[in-house]
Amino acid sequence: MAEELLVPITSDVDVVSARQKGRELAAEAGFSSGDQTVIAAAISEIARNILMYAKRGEIALRTVMNGDLDGVIIVARDQGPGIPDVARALQDGYSTSGGLGLGLPGARRLMDDFDVVSIPGKGTTVTMKKWRRRHA
Amino acid sequence: MEVPILKQGLYLIASIQSALTDADLSALREALIERVGKYRARGVIVDVTALDVMDSFAVRTLRDIAHMARLRGAETVIVGIQPEVAFAMVQLGLTLKGVSTALDLEEGLAYLDRQGQERLERVRGRVTRG
Ligand SMILES: Nc1ncnc2c1ncn2[C@@H]1O[C@H](COP(=O)(O)OP(=O)(O)OP(=O)(O)O)[C@@H](O)[C@H]1O
Ligand SMILES: [Mg+2]
Repeated sequence: MAEELLVPITSDVDVVSARQKGRELAAEAGFSSGDQTVIAAAISEIARNILMYAKRGEIALRTVMNGDLDGVIIVARDQGPGIPDVARALQDGYSTSGGLGLGLPGARRLMDDFDVVSIPGKGTTVTMKKWRRRHA
Repeated sequence: MEVPILKQGLYLIASIQSALTDADLSALREALIERVGKYRARGVIVDVTALDVMDSFAVRTLRDIAHMARLRGAETVIVGIQPEVAFAMVQLGLTLKGVSTALDLEEGLAYLDRQGQERLERVRGRVTRG
């Protein structure tokens, strides 16, 4: 249960496998198929950001129990250029690559907890969690 | 994973069979645009029933396909967006603005037929008036 799944992100194929692994893990943790899709979509955005801005990185996936809650925790790490202004990057429509600028803010809306730590020149870590109430 | 593209009369039907990488999606866009010209297609249907997720890249590519096809004289309909996929799209803030959608392949074909009919009537109207 506490086992961690590590998905290296170095190509677009890895983006697909990261979101599929996330979906499987969410299913094991008892999430509805709607929530599995939500989690997979968030992973897809964050994994693509790694590829696009940092070229490579990794995504760690695991399930957790917290009181009567079951959750999945997704940590995406890279050693890329970092984000100079995280608050701005979290706004809808902000993009430095001519994209829609919806990846980060959209993933934040999809998940329950969302945290970005980024140090320019060092890299970025995005931690996101989704919870569900365990039924007795 | 290449997406098979079927020609049915004046329409092209691309049925996505499994999860697609960004490169697969871009390849689909290129193949469809090329074939619209080659077969003089009037309609394009992209069946996304098998897509587990529609993220920003997938939506952008579908929008590009629809806009490029229109510039080449063909109408595009996206069919088969699953309810859960639609829910996640809305949360992400993704829209298919300016792109026609239909529930399934059958509805998509009916939509294109209606569009074709209207186009024909407009032409006839001009001929009788002229
Ligand atoms: N891992 C990362 N490393 C460096 N910069 C990043 C990273 N992730 C996001 N960014 C920065 O934050 C901005 C916003 O990211 P976001 O995913 O919201 O939009 P986008 O990638 O530009 O467009 P899209 O809507 O296609 O995802 C990016 O344009 C980029 O400048
Ligand atoms: Mg992005």
